[in-house]
Amino acid sequence: MHQTNSKLRFRTKSVLTGWSFVLLAVILIFVFYFYPMLQALILSFQTGTGSNLTFTGFDNYSRLLSDKTFIVSVKNTFIYLLVQVPLMIILALFISVLLNDSKLRFKGFFRTAIFLPCVTSLVAYSVVFKYLFSGNGLVNTMLLKLHLVSAPIEWITDPFWAKITIIIAITWRWTGYNMIFYLSALQNIDHSIYEAAKIDGASSTRQFFGITVPLLKPIILFTSITSTIGTLQLFDEVMNITKGGPGNATQTISQYIYNLSFKYAADFGYAATVSYSIVIMIALLSVIQFKVAGDKNG
Amino acid sequence: MAKSKRFFMYLFLSIAAIVSIFPFLWMVVSSTNQSVDVTRGRLLPGTHLLENLRKLLDTTDLQVSLMNSAKISITTTLLALLIASLAGYGFEVFRSRSKDIVFNILLLSMMIPFAALMIPLYRMFGQISNVFPWMGIDTMTSVILPTVTTAFLIFFFRQSTKMFPKELLEAGRMDGLSELGIFLRIYLPTMKTTYAAGAIITFMSSWNNYLWPLIVLQTPQTKTMPLLISTLGSGYAPDYGMIMIAIVIGTIPTALVFFVMQKQFVAGMIGSVK
Repeated sequence: MHQTNSKLRFRTKSVLTGWSFVLLAVILIFVFYFYPMLQALILSFQTGTGSNLTFTGFDNYSRLLSDKTFIVSVKNTFIYLLVQVPLMIILALFISVLLNDSKLRFKGFFRTAIFLPCVTSLVAYSVVFKYLFSGNGLVNTMLLKLHLVSAPIEWITDPFWAKITIIIAITWRWTGYNMIFYLSALQNIDHSIYEAAKIDGASSTRQFFGITVPLLKPIILFTSITSTIGTLQLFDEVMNITKGGPGNATQTISQYIYNLSFKYAADFGYAATVSYSIVIMIALLSVIQFKVAGDKNG
Repeated sequence: MAKSKRFFMYLFLSIAAIVSIFPFLWMVVSSTNQSVDVTRGRLLPGTHLLENLRKLLDTTDLQVSLMNSAKISITTTLLALLIASLAGYGFEVFRSRSKDIVFNILLLSMMIPFAALMIPLYRMFGQISNVFPWMGIDTMTSVILPTVTTAFLIFFFRQSTKMFPKELLEAGRMDGLSELGIFLRIYLPTMKTTYAAGAIITFMSSWNNYLWPLIVLQTPQTKTMPLLISTLGSGYAPDYGMIMIAIVIGTIPTALVFFVMQKQFVAGMIGSVK
């Protein structure tokens, strides 16, 4: 009896110590993530400028559906998402498989070089890209000199090319980042699996699709979800390369929220509604990605 | 066949490496050239580095922004490591069903887009400003507080704690150390690589943070480096050489942190992936 008592006391004590270790983090996450998230939900049913807000039910949500700027922003964001995320993931996967080759020389150099873009701030590299891709910028100068184009491409001022510029920029910045995840996962794969496949006469393409991709599935899922979340929130690049223009051709949802709250007459309620559209999109896309990848393996 | 495959492998990797490095080279080279030469696409180093730097110092509050960025990033990194490692350790060492549930709820916060948080957070700090101006809008605290705790870093520390030898924990308890004593005296020194990797990740994201500081920092005296660079780039007659030196200076801290701790970074990433 005495023993159970002291055991119990030890357990309560350890439960309390455990909570004291995690408490600060839990409080901060609730205060700075979940509470604002709830606030945004309440805001999304209110309207007015500044702090003069009144409840208007679903008015903001019905306004969304007929808001042309919103629809264009969603369209742009999805173009980035559908083109850039797969492109980057395939590229990162391909590079990491090459870098994982045991006979490859200068491995460290290639890895560091390709990872290097990750050390720049989104703002800094965006400004550099803005100048590289400007009308009389270096990219056009080089393309003209190499006779690849006959007239300079309007990278920043043409609606189509401006989107391409943004896609090139994001791919440059994030491919190396994703590559590191694949590279570390590849190093955990037992090499004898490949040896056995080689003996069975499997080509390197078959090895890639038969061994590498299935074994990397959880990590591919992880990177595609984080990239999707990142792209849905795209802001820094567009703000600093094209400012959302020409017209609204490159504007993203995040930028529209920023404009609604801090550039135009501060419409916090409607901006919160637009922000909830991102929440819903992230939730839906993550569920889809989990289902496609098969959550049993994920 | 095998030989040509090898050739294409090297060719592809070389192109990828050149494309990755080129904007850096261009930015460094351009910081030594006059604005005119930058627009002309000059690719050779020039002699205008000091002049560009002087212009930057004369026309902007470079030192102020550098100091602001340094203060914010270092404070954020130290606090973030402390909070997240305590939590990661706590969740893994003192496991219980209720704690696992709380942990999973915390992980959900990773899915919350910052876009959904920025307006309520801005209003929150606006209200704080009315009561405690020193921690409201336009202060370091308002930048640090919302970014200092991330579920990712907690997750990262919890994953790494799985590899922490539990015998050390028992040994510490036998020796009569308190739980906090074990954490500080045994866990912290043992997990140096994890702390290093966590420091790199946090420092980089804090140094490079843009959207939240853009919203909350409103006077030139509180500007951080990304805000400074962003305003330089938006002028009508930009001085390219001067902007490039600003970008170079803004990139040096994160590049240094990365190169000095590269090994730990990769090791830490691998730890988090396992």
